[in-house]
Amino acid sequence: MLLDVGNSHRQRVLAICGVASLFLAGAVMTHASQTPSQTQQAPPGTASPASAAAGGQSATTVPSGSASGIQNAQGGLSVVVLDPAHGGTDPGARGTGGIQESEIVLEFTAEVRKALDQQGFQVVQTRQANDNPSFDDRSAIANAQRNAVFITLHIASTGLPGTVRVYVNSELPAVTTATALIPWDRAQAPFLGLSRKLGDLVQGMLTQRFKGSPDSAQTAAIRQLRTTAAPAIAVEVSSVVVNDRADLDHMAPGVADAIARGVVAFKPLYVIASTRGGSP
Amino acid sequence: MTDPIIDSLTELAPGPAREKWKFWLTALLVFVVVGAAISVPLIRRRMKRAARLQEQSAEQARRELTQPVPMNPSDPLVKAKLFWLSDSDHSVLAPLTVELPLSSDPVLRSKQVLNTLLAGPVDVELRTLPPDAVLLAFYILPDGTAIADFSEALAISIPSGIASEQLAVDSMARTLEANVPQAKRLKILIHGQEAETLAGHVDLTGTFAVHIDASQAPANPAAGKVGALVEPPLTAGHSTFKLARR
Repeated sequence: MLLDVGNSHRQRVLAICGVASLFLAGAVMTHASQTPSQTQQAPPGTASPASAAAGGQSATTVPSGSASGIQNAQGGLSVVVLDPAHGGTDPGARGTGGIQESEIVLEFTAEVRKALDQQGFQVVQTRQANDNPSFDDRSAIANAQRNAVFITLHIASTGLPGTVRVYVNSELPAVTTATALIPWDRAQAPFLGLSRKLGDLVQGMLTQRFKGSPDSAQTAAIRQLRTTAAPAIAVEVSSVVVNDRADLDHMAPGVADAIARGVVAFKPLYVIASTRGGSP
Repeated sequence: MTDPIIDSLTELAPGPAREKWKFWLTALLVFVVVGAAISVPLIRRRMKRAARLQEQSAEQARRELTQPVPMNPSDPLVKAKLFWLSDSDHSVLAPLTVELPLSSDPVLRSKQVLNTLLAGPVDVELRTLPPDAVLLAFYILPDGTAIADFSEALAISIPSGIASEQLAVDSMARTLEANVPQAKRLKILIHGQEAETLAGHVDLTGTFAVHIDASQAPANPAAGKVGALVEPPLTAGHSTFKLARR
């Protein structure tokens, strides 16, 4: 819209409009940083940690001392963040008959969500549609939760069909910052011990149901897990290379039930004594 | 109203002559249609073949530019250990001993063993790396960090999945560990660039342990196994001290 005013007036109006739009943009960005995804649901009774990151800073603190750690533990495990991998322009593994990993993991996630709901967990998903949040966006959703575990779901294009593998992140350099803050790039480091316990429990449940799966969780340098500040595992189902898609669909309820039972078994072990250095 | 051209043709070609003219016109049309029906698929096929040849020659040119280091027969034959998938269990690696004339120069030697690894075992099912991937460059820094730069085919053609990607990295790291003692850790580049992941799963932002002691270097005190990510992946994009939210 153009205002028919004198030159000096026009400049003043433009300046006011410019400042106003900057404020508006700032407000929108702050809101966006507080809600990384529309799919995120903040657990009741927890303050949004993103508020600490106001002003567009990508940094906030992680409770590190034993006091805050115990405070966390008292809450107990209540939230499970489910991450259907890939999506959007990244279909993931592609199998016979146009099967796409990104679609199937959404269906598996729905089943796992149902099973966890029945166990009384609050479930947060990193995506619910065919979009592809970045690794950091997905981690941000998980890191904004208290008393949470993170499970990323994948379908491989290799491996013995009908088997399921659980992975935890391979060793990361210990966190040694004097300020007791966890570097984002190694956010998983203090949680590796708990991740291993969760991984072994879930793998055990899966192996009971899917013969030929390994007995314990494997380690791998998984990008998604590295920046996640919570006990975190990756579950990979084999495989998209099946004669009939129904073979994969039939696995979903079993995988969901095994994951839910694994998380239930892990619940009493969920004690974050300290997040500084090494494994708890 | 009649067309003056048709009128003039009608006048010029009366009775049987007109019939003859119609016959020849129809024959000509049929000939053109049949000719087109035959030649169009042939032309299309030739165009496809030309495109394929062009692709192949581009790939050939690329391969020639990045010519694998030739084995020098005068080099001593060494029993090299190469890690491909185990014959009995495709989810783990197994060493295969091959006699190769390997250079004593660590960079040349690394190129030789990695190119042999890329060439693959006799049984193609035991491959860990895609056959069309090319090692574009390889060098070793003074601190023992080996930099291996691969063509994009490594990321594009590798079977997608955590297991297959980790096995690919492990096969390279363990093959270097077995044959090149100077390589302490491995950094993988894709077409000269640092990639966030290999094919959506395995983290390529750090370096992978090649010799166990590399993971216990003072700057990187992480304990680990061969193939484990040993360096804090603080890359240019992540150089600021980002902190986990909680």
